[in-house]
Amino acid sequence: MRFRFGESALPLLVLALLAAAPFLGFGESWAMTLLARTMILAMAAVSLSFVLGGAGLISLGHAAMLGFGAYAVVILDDAGITEAAVVVPVAIAAAAGFALLTGAVAIRTSGVHFIMITLAFGQMAFFTAASLAGYGGDDGYTLYSRTSLGGTRWLEDRLVFHYACLGLLVLSLLLCRMLLASRFGRVLRAAKESSLRVRAVGFDPYPYRLVAYGIAGGIAGLAGMMLANATEFVAPSYLAWQRSGDLLFMVILGGVGSLHGAVLGALAFVLVEEWLGHITEHWRLIFGPLLILAVLFLRGGLAGLPAQLAGVRVRG
Amino acid sequence: MSTQLLLVQALNGLQFGVLLFLVAAGLTLVFGVMDFINLAHGVQYMLGAYLGASFAAWTGSFWAGLLLALPAALACGLVLEVLVFRHLYDRDHLSQVLATFGVILFLNQAVRAIWGTAPLQVPMPELLSGGITLMPGLQYPVYRLAILGAGLATAGLLWLLVERTRVGALVRAGATNAPMVAALGVDIRRLFMLVFGFGAMLAGFAGVMAAPILSVEPGMGDTVLILAFVVIVIGGIGSVRGAFLAALLVGLIETLGRSLMPDLMRLFLAPSPARQAGAAIASMLVYIAMAAILAVRPQGLFPVRTG
Amino acid sequence: MIAIGRRGMLGGLAAGALAMPALRARAQQQGVKIGLVAVQTGPQAALGTQLRDGFLLGLKHLDGKLGGLSAQVVDIDDELRPEVAVTKVRAALERDKVDFVVGVVFSNILQAIMRPVTETNTFLISTNAGPSTFAGRGCNPFFFTTSYNNDQVHSVMGQAAQDEGYKRVFVMVPNYQAGRDAVHGFKSRFKGEVVDEVYVPLNQLDFSAELARIAAAKPDALFTFMPGGLGVNLVRQYRQAGLANIPFLSTFTVDEATLPAQQDAALGFFSAAPWAPNMDNEQNRRFVRDFEAAHNYVPGSYAAQAYDGAMLLDSAIRKVKGNLTDKAALRKALEAADFRSVRGNFKFGTNHYPVQDFWLCKVAKRPDGKFQTETVRKVLENNVDPFAAECRMR
Repeated sequence: MRFRFGESALPLLVLALLAAAPFLGFGESWAMTLLARTMILAMAAVSLSFVLGGAGLISLGHAAMLGFGAYAVVILDDAGITEAAVVVPVAIAAAAGFALLTGAVAIRTSGVHFIMITLAFGQMAFFTAASLAGYGGDDGYTLYSRTSLGGTRWLEDRLVFHYACLGLLVLSLLLCRMLLASRFGRVLRAAKESSLRVRAVGFDPYPYRLVAYGIAGGIAGLAGMMLANATEFVAPSYLAWQRSGDLLFMVILGGVGSLHGAVLGALAFVLVEEWLGHITEHWRLIFGPLLILAVLFLRGGLAGLPAQLAGVRVRG
Repeated sequence: MSTQLLLVQALNGLQFGVLLFLVAAGLTLVFGVMDFINLAHGVQYMLGAYLGASFAAWTGSFWAGLLLALPAALACGLVLEVLVFRHLYDRDHLSQVLATFGVILFLNQAVRAIWGTAPLQVPMPELLSGGITLMPGLQYPVYRLAILGAGLATAGLLWLLVERTRVGALVRAGATNAPMVAALGVDIRRLFMLVFGFGAMLAGFAGVMAAPILSVEPGMGDTVLILAFVVIVIGGIGSVRGAFLAALLVGLIETLGRSLMPDLMRLFLAPSPARQAGAAIASMLVYIAMAAILAVRPQGLFPVRTG
Repeated sequence: MIAIGRRGMLGGLAAGALAMPALRARAQQQGVKIGLVAVQTGPQAALGTQLRDGFLLGLKHLDGKLGGLSAQVVDIDDELRPEVAVTKVRAALERDKVDFVVGVVFSNILQAIMRPVTETNTFLISTNAGPSTFAGRGCNPFFFTTSYNNDQVHSVMGQAAQDEGYKRVFVMVPNYQAGRDAVHGFKSRFKGEVVDEVYVPLNQLDFSAELARIAAAKPDALFTFMPGGLGVNLVRQYRQAGLANIPFLSTFTVDEATLPAQQDAALGFFSAAPWAPNMDNEQNRRFVRDFEAAHNYVPGSYAAQAYDGAMLLDSAIRKVKGNLTDKAALRKALEAADFRSVRGNFKFGTNHYPVQDFWLCKVAKRPDGKFQTETVRKVLENNVDPFAAECRMR
């Protein structure tokens, strides 16, 4: 009992802090843009954690899903359409569609081969985006305005946008948590342990994994749409394999198998990078070893930190 | 495209493939024997290039630079092994990925801090600075032939070591089923150190060899790393033979793809968009090939793993 | 643990944020803040370093003051990632309250930060990137560039090729927008036959395939635009392949940033630029001499243009007597460009891009062993960029 409360305490605290952040000194425009970006990346990381921890699918091409969502906004913006009622479904559908198509091929493999195939598809998406001369190609595309909500320009207000991002993050967390706890999630997690046994019981893991991958793609697409709005600028570099790597590292740092760990991982990555960047231009000399130490000493990642601390206290 | 040009392009592709093999060989051994994903293999390649460049500048001779850089690269690899990698062998792959990523960040930045951001220049050795005329108007640098030769010699040496020596037998056994080897009483720790050190030295060697023709700059290992992973996945993890063939294949696809794609596109599109589309598709070609090969043979060309 | 630590910091930040307005008013009388955007990470970092060194030398020559106001520089490393640049520039504008955003090596970064900067009525002075997007209809009253319009430089090479009488030219560029602009610019003045147009990936290391193609095509000359590490590899491999007898016409490929790595391989290769280190005027001699004394390498156009940027700001701020709030007056002062540029002639066109002379340059080895580009002949005089007419400012 005590542990379950302990488990939820940290994520609840973090979400509460994020909600209160604009009034705790992070109220300036630049700080809120940073936080918005963090929450959006956290959302994408949660969706990756869902497939990684839940289904055992290690994707190194997740940035492409974000990219599809972002470019959906770009293409519609160029055509003059900014209404959320159109942009949101298109972004989600585009990313989910890409996920389903590529997943259909990729999920036939496993382990490091799955990683490389997702990388391959991610690279293909990247090169395609870079060759879209009509949308700026490699230079990127500046949006004329943010997505409009029912004709209004509410999202242009930084405070509204902040809570929109936070709301979507919470929704993604809840959705993924709900899915993992359901029968669907149980089959997924069982298949992750041993697909042979699951097959013996009569379930074919393939469609379950594909659907999970598609859902994760859709959530990431939504995150991509918000990312386009946050920076009001989209470039093919959003789909680079290094960005997929960043998402993967956030999930691993946060603790594989923990959804809210992904949020912690994203926060840690972005905020530590920002903070260290002020101290010295050679901040990676500190950040690199920090990651190594985190791996060596934080078994279970950042999400496992409270349990680890509690464990130490119990023993000592 | 004339046959002559095609042959020259094929030669270019093979030479690039051989360089990739030098990097991929160490990577596949480490992954195969120790089940350790070493993302930092790319920076080991970079360190080799930087050490070679520095020693060559200090002694004034490329050969001295090469001879000094090899043990230095080995030493760096072993230091990393003792400080970081040793603690990760029993961890899961994802933890290894994150930790080795931390190593990449640190070393890329350290190289920048020590040597600066500008690309370094490594002079070509006098002995190999000539060229032979392959085509009217085109000189093929003797140095590139030397790389080809060195790569093939290394492949031969590796084959000999792995197939014909006792240590090689242990390495092959370890790649097939490492816990069994440990259970049979072999000092697995020393075997790991040996494999790792050798892999680091190979990567460093590739770096030094590549330095005179390619630019020595921070981050030069990252592109090579991705291609090396593609190579070992196509070749089959743990298989040096697979890495060799896959590296040559990737080298040929890369080079021939770049030369032929724009011409191929010209059959369907107008000249200017054809060239750009061709260039874009050529970049993706290696990944498409990898996906196709994995679809047919999911474990790679020469799978080794059984355990 | 981490969260509590941040609380303390956040509280401090909040207090600081509240105190800001008062500080700002005082700062305006005391000094001017410059947000200097340059790439300091990754393979192209050397260019950002040059830009920064050039600007800071300008400040040093001005005793650390711009127009009488003491200058403070906020360094912004854009990491060649547009989304990072946008975030950091926004931070510089809102948290550090910079008065000017200066610098920017690459066009895609400039594109990303254009709106965030100009929408806050802050002047953006580019000292290197000069994309055509902002030269014509996209011209902006808050944007100035001390470099050139990218297309212009490539067209200079095209004109030079035309003047030399080359009939068949092989063109090779990287596959991104600036590369495509280079081809377009070159073709705008070169009327001969473009034998082949090859687009290479941005991270290409090995040009052997393309070099074989060039040899097979036997053109009269090669035109290429290969910035940074691409140029280093191309030039060395070009020489090694024995192709140096085919004239090497280039832009941004053999410049002072890449020459230290290219060395003898680049000797005799051509380039086009509005400035070269050997230009013989008083301010350039002083600039090059002091730059080399301080940094021990030959300055390139990235440094020279940034130096001019500092001089431009100095002249403008002096003209408005330090009053940075009257934006209209400040704009007029900037447009006047009342300073002595290291390139000699300098004035702004209606679109805030320079109207200047362009030269054909050649790589040479100095007696002290260092390499630099040297002017050969003037190709275009008082050249206005091709997009200026479309600009509807004023």
